[in-house]
Formats: sequence, C-alpha cells, structure tokens
Amino acid sequence: MIETHDLSKQFHDFMAVDGVDLSVESGQILALLGQNGAGKTTTVRMLTALLNPTRGWARVAGYDVVKNGHDVRASVGVLTEQHGLYMRMTAIEYLDFFGQIYSLSTTTRKSRSDHLLQYFGLTEAAHRRIGEYSKGMRQKLALARAMMHDPGVLLLDEPTSAMDPESARLVRDEIARLKSSKRTIVICSHNLTEVEALADKIAIIYRGRILLQGTLDELKQKVLGTPEYEIKFSDAWDSSGLELPNDVDMLSRTATSLKVRVKRPQESNPQILKVLSEKSASVMAFQEEPRSLEQVYLKVMADAKGLENVQ
Amino acid sequence: MFNKLKPVWLVAARELRDQFRDWRVLMPMIILIFCFPILMNEFAKQTVDFLNQYNANLIQERLVPFSIMIIGFFPITISLVVALESFVGEKERGTIEPMLSAPLDNWQLYFGKLLVGVITPLVASYLSIGFYLLMIIRQDLVMPSPSVMLQLMLLTTAHATLMVSAAIVISVQSTSVKAANLLASFIVVPVAILMQGEAVLLFWGNELVLWMAIAGVMIISLLLIRVGIAHFQREYLLGREIDVINLRWILRTFSKNLLGGARSLVDWYRNVLGNALRRIAPAILFVILIAGVSLWMGYDWIMDNVPQAIASASPEALERLEENVGEMPNLTNSDEHLNAPFLFLNNTRAIATIFVAGLVSFSVLGIMLYMVNIGLIGGLFAIFELLGRDPWPLFAYGVAPHGIFEIPALMIGSAVVLYIGVAIVTPQTGKSMGEVILELLADWTKVFIGLVIPLLAIAALIEAYITPNLLASVLK
Repeated sequence: MIETHDLSKQFHDFMAVDGVDLSVESGQILALLGQNGAGKTTTVRMLTALLNPTRGWARVAGYDVVKNGHDVRASVGVLTEQHGLYMRMTAIEYLDFFGQIYSLSTTTRKSRSDHLLQYFGLTEAAHRRIGEYSKGMRQKLALARAMMHDPGVLLLDEPTSAMDPESARLVRDEIARLKSSKRTIVICSHNLTEVEALADKIAIIYRGRILLQGTLDELKQKVLGTPEYEIKFSDAWDSSGLELPNDVDMLSRTATSLKVRVKRPQESNPQILKVLSEKSASVMAFQEEPRSLEQVYLKVMADAKGLENVQ
Repeated sequence: MFNKLKPVWLVAARELRDQFRDWRVLMPMIILIFCFPILMNEFAKQTVDFLNQYNANLIQERLVPFSIMIIGFFPITISLVVALESFVGEKERGTIEPMLSAPLDNWQLYFGKLLVGVITPLVASYLSIGFYLLMIIRQDLVMPSPSVMLQLMLLTTAHATLMVSAAIVISVQSTSVKAANLLASFIVVPVAILMQGEAVLLFWGNELVLWMAIAGVMIISLLLIRVGIAHFQREYLLGREIDVINLRWILRTFSKNLLGGARSLVDWYRNVLGNALRRIAPAILFVILIAGVSLWMGYDWIMDNVPQAIASASPEALERLEENVGEMPNLTNSDEHLNAPFLFLNNTRAIATIFVAGLVSFSVLGIMLYMVNIGLIGGLFAIFELLGRDPWPLFAYGVAPHGIFEIPALMIGSAVVLYIGVAIVTPQTGKSMGEVILELLADWTKVFIGLVIPLLAIAALIEAYITPNLLASVLK
C-alpha cells in the first residue's frame, strides 16, 4: 500500500509538490490527474525513492521512502514518462537484464519474460533490437519491464498513451487483473475515459497541491452536485398525483418523461421505481444524466484557475 | 559480498555490450590501437637513426619507455568519451530513470559506470602497447627493463583511472553530453601536462620518483572517485536544468555565505568568521601537527644529505660557502629589495598558490607546498648547525618577530585548503556540488580576507622594518 502525509518537494524557489496526503490500499487503483507540470511525476518519483521529500513523509509497500529507499525501489514497478529503453538490446536481453538487477533466478527470469512478451504480443519481435520497435511496442516493453519482478506496487505514468486501441485494451485488462490480485497501483494519465474505467480513487493535482480526491461518485457529487435522473415512459402517463421520497426533487415533467434530482440514489432510486410500478407507469428507461470525469476535471480546473485569477 | 558486487558487473557488462555494438565507438579505438603504434615506431626509428650520429645512447634507451607511455595515453583520451557520457548520456536518452528506479545502491551504479569507463580505455591501451612491443622486439631497439615496464603499465592504469574518475564526476554533474565534452579539456590538458613531467622523470631515469608519481596519481584518482560518490545524487540526474550559467544564483549563494547576514564588521568577525574558524579548527590542529613533522623532515633531510656533499666538496668550495654564509647583506638598508609591499605580495602569492594547488588536488598538493614551506625552517636550522653556528639566535631575531604573524597565517591559510579538500570528498546531503563548492570558496575568502591578509600585512611590516635591525644586531 501507499501512504503519504504532507508530502512536499521544493526545487530552489519552486514548490513542485505541496502537502500531498494520499492513501492507496492493496487492490486499489489511484489515478493522479493534472496538467503537465502539475507535480504528478515529482510525486511518483518521491514514491519511487528517487527524490527526497523536502517535507512530509511517504511509505510505500511498508517502507519509508527516505530511510528504506533500496527496499522501496525493490518493491515497486515503474513505468516512466520516457520509456528509457536501451535501443541496441533485444527485448529478451532487456527484460533479462532488469530481471538480474531485481535478483530474479534464471528460471524465473525466463518464465516471466516469456509470459510478458507473449501477453503483450512481442514474442515474435523478442530477438529484434529495441531500436527497430514501433512506439507502441516500446511502450509495451517498458510496461513489461515494470512488471518483470512482479512488484506489489505499480506506478504507471501514461500506461497506454502510445498504444493502438487493441493494445490499450490489453494493458487495461492486465491492470485490472493486477488490481484483483491485490496490487497497489497508481496511474498518472490524461486519458480520462481510461481513468473512469480503472480507478477506484482519483486525485486531481494542480500546481503541486491536491485539489480534490475521492471515488468517482464522490468527485461527481462534490463538483457537479446531486445526480439527476431521467425517467422515460413508453406511453403518455399522468404523473400529477405522484408522491416521491423526501430527498427527491422533481425538476421537470412531460407526458412521457420525468426529470428528478436524487440526493441518495442508492436508497431512493429503488423506491422511485417501486412507486412508479405501483402506479402502473410503463417505465421504458431510468438513467442518470451523463456526467463524466471530464466534466468534473474541467470544472475543478476552471474553478482553480478562476480562484487564482481572483487572488 | 558477491551479491553486492554482482550489480556492479551487471551495469558494466550491459554497457560494454552496448559499446561493442556501436561502430562509432569501436572504429576509432581499433584505428588508434593499431595505427598509432606504427606511427610511433616510425618516429622512434627516425629518432634512433638521428641520435646514432651523436652516440646519444642514453636518450635512445629512454625513447622506448617514453613511446610506450604515449601509446598508452592516446587510446585513453579517445575512449574517455565513454566515461564522459556514462551518466549524462543516459540522462539525455531518458534511460537513466529506470536504472535509478531499480534496487541499486548509488555506489553500485557508480562503480558499474566507473568499471566500464576504465576497462575500455585500458584494454585499448594494453592492446596498443602490446602491438608496439611486438614491433620493437623485431627491431634493434632496447626493451625496457621489467621494473620500468611494470611502472609504465601502472602509469597507464593510473592515467586511465584518473581520467575516467574525473570524467565520471563531470558526467554526473553535467546537464548535457555537449557540456561534458567541453569540460573534458579540463581533464585532458592537466593530464597531458602531468605526462610531460612524467616524461622528464622517465628520461631522468629516477625510478623512485616515478614510483612516487604513480602513487600520487593513484591517490588523486581515489580522491576523485570519493568525490564522485560523495556528490552522486539521483535527484540531480533527473533534473531538467539546462546549460545556462546562473550568475545571479552563483553571486547570491557566494555572497550569502560570505557575508552570513552580519550587521557590522564586528558581527562578521565574531559570528561569520568565527563560525568558519570553528569549522576549520580540526584542520588547523592537523596542520599544526604536520608542521612538527615537516620541521623534522626538513632538518633530517639536510642532516642526511648535506654532510656527504660537504665531505666530498673541495676545500675551496667550502671556503666560498663559509664566506657566503658569513657575509651578511646590509640588513639595515635592505628596503630596496625587501620592502613591506614586496614581502606582503610574495607571502600572499605563496598562500594563494597553496590554495590553487590544493583546489586542483583535493588539498594534497596544497598541503605538500605547506610542508615544504615549514620544512625550510627545519632545513635552515640544520644548515646552521652543520656550519657550527647556533641557530636559536637567528630564529629568535630573524624569524620569530614576523613569524608569529606569518606562520599562523600560513597555517590557517593551509588549514582552510585542507578543510576544502576534505569537505569536497565528504557527502553533503541535499546540496548540489556547485552549492558545496561556492560555500567552501566563501569560507576560504572569509579566512583569507579576514585573517590571513591582515596577519601577512603585519608580518610584512615587521619583516621589512624591524627584523633586519634585530638580525643585524645579533649577527654583528
């Protein structure tokens, strides 16, 4: 797991990361969102024990990043912003080299590299120089390197950025599998759809500070307010005598549809459906008004910039 | 132990394999290994033919060792590029971060790079020397003796270690390969000058001095390695600094450390200089101790060597020496040559020279110069004893009056150089190498301006206007 408190990093006069508090349990995926230069990479580098925090602390896989840097590095797999591949090596040599660095036995190295190369569809190119690889193949190989020693914690910077949709799907599936096998994963990404699909928790970072963090639903609730639902009927229906639960506000009504705002959807939505069913309403669809992570993100960013301009 | 060393070899082996796949590294090395010895052989043959006309056999004998030294040196300069780009090259290509994120200790990463940096030039040099030896075996040239051959191989190894360890320090601290290559001249030029000195030693044929030179080069190499490890920071290698001289930052850091926020001159002396002196105190104690050793060495060297010279000297020469020692200049009227400004500048220059020599050698050469200066006093004592004169009045009247200011100035000036050398090779957490050097330079400036210069000024005045009169009175 990963835990940080007041984690901060200052470079000369520039505060790159300022008072970051994070907590990611085993089997959870945290997505760090933010503009370029917001402090995501610096945060990840502190979690990898590459940079020493100026203030605060961080524990990764049970190790303090300052006191046990070597153990932290042995416990994490990192996909860096730049893939950092040695172009004159072959993929098999490359994975074997890092396997040796991570003190894996010869048989483990062979089985792990065979498995990863096969999974990412690189087996045929395994003996070709990495310099000859396409951008997507390099990305997959870099990811394979991060997973080579089967780490408990994975820190992935843009894991699918250069990949075609098929490969990206493959990587997402692997990340989901790793999550189900109790790995702790941090993803830095600009791909909000991917984050929505994968992340258990999301933290939005701006100029080194965490502006907002929580589950997707919590973020939507905080930023976009109470969710709204549209109920569509197959036939015209008179809803004038309809009694809704207390936490539900009627927003609009037509003969074939209703729009409501529900403060506690988990409790109230089944009750709404029950009432409608009792009144013999022919419900065709009951759906939440689409509210994406992108809306949340853009609103948070706009608010932050607006606040900055006011200040 | 093996488990600790294995990653070092892994890092080195990967890079070695990379190099052997890069024709841009291989081709110049192969050309140098085989072409340069042929050229050198031709040069040696022509020189021998020329020298034969004048029966200059001694120079002929020393020509082959000299050629071997040069042949060993050239492949090192070319393959220095490997060491120069070891860290900064990886930083530029973006391959450094996965390596830094791996469970490798700083020293393992550092020694891995150092090993490959040393292996490449050494293999090239040894091959080149071997090829040259094969050529000279087939000719009439005189082969060096086994001990000289051993010295040459060690000298080549010492040069490679020195240059590579310096190149790796540069590579860690540089922001681009271009900057590292530009800084390489700071390695090649001093080593080329050093080799000129070693060449003189080779032609002189004094093996003992050459052994000392080899030891000296190895000590400097080890100190450079220590500096490299002490200032190796993963953080710095991940920085995005570009090659811009930040004069404002340099001046700000230097002046901040020099002035130390003092509100007045008294405050500066009490707190800023006072704190600097407290930091330097162990070094001052050390130079005081080695002053005793230096005095004894100077005295002992004269006592060991000069009596033999006196015994073998002709009576006329001895008589001349006696006359020269006895014939004192007109000390009361010596201000034309030994005036106060001259003495002050001379002594200031001596302490500045100790500083410069110390700065380029992690204080080793600076402290050696200090020992020579102090050793001269011991030597002077010995000479007067040998000539049957009592040295104490001379010391009491000719040295002590200005010496009580001048010798402490020399000691403090040398101690701060020792402190700088030790501080450079000591890890300084959270500070860049530039920051550390600027702070140390500020410390030196504080001590030099605040203490050494005033002491030397007082000493110069006494030496110019008081010492001659005192000395004249005692030598009457």
